[in-house]
Amino acid sequence: MAWEVVVGIETHAQLLTRSKAFSGASTAFGAAPNTQACAVDIALPGVLPVANRATVEHAIRFGLAIRAEIRRRSIYARKNYFYPDLPKGYQISQYEQPIVQGGELKIIVEGREKSIRLTRAHLEEDAGKSLHEDFHGLTGIDLNRAGTPLLEVVSEPDLRGAQEAVAYARALHALVVWIGICDGNMQEGSFRCDANVSVRRAGDANLGTRCEIKNLNSFRFMERAIEYEARRQIALIEDGGRVEQETRLYDPERDETRSMRTKEEAHDYRYFPDPDLLPLVVSEEDIEAIRRSLPELPAARRDRFAREYGLTPHEAGFVAASRAAADYFEALVKASGAEARLCANWQMGELAAALNQDEIEISKSKVPAKDLAGLLGRIADGTLSGKLAKEVFDAMWAGEGAADAIIEKRGLRQISDAGAIEKLVEEVLAANPKQVEDYRAGKEKAFNSLVGQVMKATKGKANPTQVTEILRRKLAR
Amino acid sequence: MSLAADQVRRLARLARIAIRPEESETVLASLNRVLGLIDQMRAVDTSGVEPMAHALDAKASVAQRLRPDAVTETDQRELFQSVAPAVERGLYLVPKVIE
Repeated sequence: MAWEVVVGIETHAQLLTRSKAFSGASTAFGAAPNTQACAVDIALPGVLPVANRATVEHAIRFGLAIRAEIRRRSIYARKNYFYPDLPKGYQISQYEQPIVQGGELKIIVEGREKSIRLTRAHLEEDAGKSLHEDFHGLTGIDLNRAGTPLLEVVSEPDLRGAQEAVAYARALHALVVWIGICDGNMQEGSFRCDANVSVRRAGDANLGTRCEIKNLNSFRFMERAIEYEARRQIALIEDGGRVEQETRLYDPERDETRSMRTKEEAHDYRYFPDPDLLPLVVSEEDIEAIRRSLPELPAARRDRFAREYGLTPHEAGFVAASRAAADYFEALVKASGAEARLCANWQMGELAAALNQDEIEISKSKVPAKDLAGLLGRIADGTLSGKLAKEVFDAMWAGEGAADAIIEKRGLRQISDAGAIEKLVEEVLAANPKQVEDYRAGKEKAFNSLVGQVMKATKGKANPTQVTEILRRKLAR
Repeated sequence: MSLAADQVRRLARLARIAIRPEESETVLASLNRVLGLIDQMRAVDTSGVEPMAHALDAKASVAQRLRPDAVTETDQRELFQSVAPAVERGLYLVPKVIE
């Protein structure tokens, strides 16, 4: 019996602001404990929150990017629970009337586009951090993060399986970074996901009982956690058991999910409108101004790359995976004057491999677009063969300078002088009568060996197309 | 609408309020009096009235004011922590809590 794995994702994206959601304390990461926690953040009596305009603009920007409804009037609510890193005893959030309602995000799975519906996105504040180790039986509290603005984005259960869930999380991550509302730094907790996972038999119309998995702080962990959880639920049902609705924690060390709390212990947050904050009203003018400031969005740019540069959907998706990558690609095409396909192949091949190897972002590439353009220009004009170009690229990556300087210094210029190649070919033919005979007897392998001899004689610098052409011509006689 | 004794215990736990057994009946009675008042308000016909989220919400012109995104606060950790019961390496110390 086939099973279908159904996933919905909740994401907390930390909004890129200088100050907190409701206070003027700094949000800079990594400060000494409690040095960025002001009277509002630590909830001293008598303080009042004042909403940060940038958080509202970021939420609208996101809403427009996913074609959602932007609520002209939304309500801040209190979500009540007790925990020492939440000094007020409640979190300011939005509940019944969030600022962003609906919307959709397009993802690409195995070369196929799928639209994922979003339920909502709402503004809220983060809690502080609890440090449980090393304080002789006490817990240490750092409130620097308390009050940091978050956008919580909730998807519909439209995702099928771990692979789609990860594709969605990646697309959402790319989008929030693309439109400049989040730095996307997962190590620092700027982009955190929880997954609601359930299983049902294929063709079943009703959803199964779901479990919420927390602590998915990388895409790899998300994929493994969902796969584990789906296996667990399927095994449970096939053994005649029932899935209990609960919150589970993913443990990457043991690659398993563990129960955190069941439905009975679930929190009762007693939401109510925050009397300290008035309804949040956004004007048409604000929305239109933000709409005008939006950059070309990922899906539009992907489509344009495919159309304008003749890239396949896969290629377009790769080079437009992030705004930085897409900017790199366009700068490369423009500066090199080379075929767009050649540019895409290099960005996806040599460049991507080198970036991966050194674990660096494309925006910080050791070979910037204009330098790579210099190299691709030399392939386009026939100075370099593909093989030599790779050698030059490695040298550029190692910091040896621009493509032309390396070509000159290493004497890598491709030999395209037909007279010179012809002379070499004649020498090789004279020295290898056996292969010539074999080739004429119909052995194609002998031909490759002859090409190899010519290339070897020129240390790989002969233009391979010309070598092949001249060899065929000479052997045809 | 009225509450039962076990609901009062649950509310007390959610609000982190300790209620002694001998108090529970008094608390139950006072809470039920509050609920009685709510019942009275609920009896009013409010069909056609837009629910309000704030006492000042009735006026369309009253809305949340927004402040510019600028850092205006300075570090006052020393002052704030001077009244904290326990502090170490800049952290507030509290009894161990682990969920």
